[in-house]
Amino acid sequence: MPGLLKIAFKLLINDKGKFAALLVGITFAVFLMVMMMSMFSGILARSSAAVLNVGAKVWVMDPAVNNVNSSIPLPDTVLDMARSINGVKYAVPVYFGGALVKLRSGSYQAVSVIGLDDATLYGRPALIEGKIEDIFAENAFLVVKDAEFKKLENPKIGNEFEINDHRGKIVGIAKVQATGIFGVPTLYTTYSRAITYIPSSRFTTSFVLIEPKNEMDIPYIQLQIHKLGYEALTRDQFINKISDFYKYQTGLGINVMLMTIISFIVGLSISGQTFYTFVLENLEKFGALKAMGAKGSELVSMILFQVTFTSLMGYGLGVGLATMMMLFARFRLPDYAAQVTYTNLAFALGMVLIIAAFSSYISVRKVLQIEPFDIFRG
Amino acid sequence: MFDIAIQASGITKWFGEGEAKTVAVSDASFEARYGEMLYLVGPSGSGKTTLLSIISGILKPDAGNVLVDGSNLWNMTPNQLADFRLNRMGFVFQDYHLFSRLTTVENIAIPLILKKVNWDLAIKTALGYLEVVGLKDKANLPPVKLSGGEQQRVAIARAMVSQPDILVLDEPTASLDGETGREIVQFVKSHTLNEKRCIIIVTHDNRILEFADAIMHMEDGKITGTQRTVNEK
Repeated sequence: MPGLLKIAFKLLINDKGKFAALLVGITFAVFLMVMMMSMFSGILARSSAAVLNVGAKVWVMDPAVNNVNSSIPLPDTVLDMARSINGVKYAVPVYFGGALVKLRSGSYQAVSVIGLDDATLYGRPALIEGKIEDIFAENAFLVVKDAEFKKLENPKIGNEFEINDHRGKIVGIAKVQATGIFGVPTLYTTYSRAITYIPSSRFTTSFVLIEPKNEMDIPYIQLQIHKLGYEALTRDQFINKISDFYKYQTGLGINVMLMTIISFIVGLSISGQTFYTFVLENLEKFGALKAMGAKGSELVSMILFQVTFTSLMGYGLGVGLATMMMLFARFRLPDYAAQVTYTNLAFALGMVLIIAAFSSYISVRKVLQIEPFDIFRG
Repeated sequence: MFDIAIQASGITKWFGEGEAKTVAVSDASFEARYGEMLYLVGPSGSGKTTLLSIISGILKPDAGNVLVDGSNLWNMTPNQLADFRLNRMGFVFQDYHLFSRLTTVENIAIPLILKKVNWDLAIKTALGYLEVVGLKDKANLPPVKLSGGEQQRVAIARAMVSQPDILVLDEPTASLDGETGREIVQFVKSHTLNEKRCIIIVTHDNRILEFADAIMHMEDGKITGTQRTVNEK
């Protein structure tokens, strides 16, 4: 480390009170920002859990649909027409619905039911117990072993339950990529059983899932579906649509954004003011350095180093604290929805750098304005 | 013939504008020589510190020239002036301006650090100067733990460590008792003055005038007289 930066470092860390105040300010701001964004990311990721778990490449839906749980049933003709489009390898219906399950203990539990195409079982989950062909057995259901699994009283293969006055039987235990947002367990069964067991409207198909012959065929398929008055979205497009719904149409995104901005302002005020005070207290010393022959650029580099060091340290502590908090929360609440993404980390870093830039700017201005003559004048 | 360290001619400096305009230094001309300890004396507000700042390359005059080794100081760019101060001048400020968050030896090493000397070498050299001022055993203490006289010695060691040609001391005895003040100035003269160095002291402390080789009197921004105790050749 160059000697001048070593001096800057010592001036900073040896002023323990100010250094601690600076660190606390930035750490607190980063902690709040990361927590807010991570919770929001977690919610968004879970909101698209069904899309990820089923894994179809193209989803056909009514254009008014903005998430999996509020699907508008499609007429059977949509399925037939989808199958007739050039470039479609195959198209299958899928059912998404909710039901109340009466458990052996007598208590009721809301569940999410996914009905898979009887012929292909397209979108089926990976099993950790049981055989997939057992899904065709009488009253058969697969249960997903996720954070919500215990709400069904930790069922085993062979356990029975009641669903809308029908008998249900667990024939397999599955695992999926992501857990849903609403905190209810998920059951898989066949499409025909799902629409039989769960009250439905005239049309029963929630979505038509399409497997294209080739990725290049997707735009043509989307165009043809669009001509029918429906919408065909790729998996990523659908996930983005769901995210946009939660971000912009539920108030959730705005609230999180407001909290993030408030955290940023808190960090900016604490850090900016504390660092400015730190520089003010050392202003005469900077003036003395200038009188001794330090150039303006050297004093600026000292301040930038101090601010950058503090900011990055506060950033690391803030991210660490947020991660620990999330781990602790997940330890106590297994279905706690929060995830730290690279985007969140990059955004928080960007915010910290803005805080650092602001703190540096007001401090550098002050230091560059100091005249060595003022040091002589006293 | 004396070697001239600084030759100032027609220095004028005023502050403020319009009716608030005040002349701080008016048409001041003088020379400071190598091998002598020059005192700038006068009452408060007489322009001593302003003149000292101008000849040190810190404050730009409104008129006049300052020649150092034949070069006009105020024709230099700000960076050249900074280099000049770093390489040719040593400063002892009235309030010392020691860094309380650094150790004593680190404070002394600062000019060397500014000159990009390696940290370890700078500290080693600073330790040598700390020994010269008799404070080697206090190398790792912060300056706030030292007495006023000791802090003054540290400030002198810091000014000396880069071996400047011109050493400037601003009111070096202002916050010291009479005996300590005399000791400090005596120490400066005996340990730092040589034929290749010029020392300029701004003071209004009559108790230390006995150490002067030349005394320049100022009043109301004007030099009212200069007396040299060393015979001119």
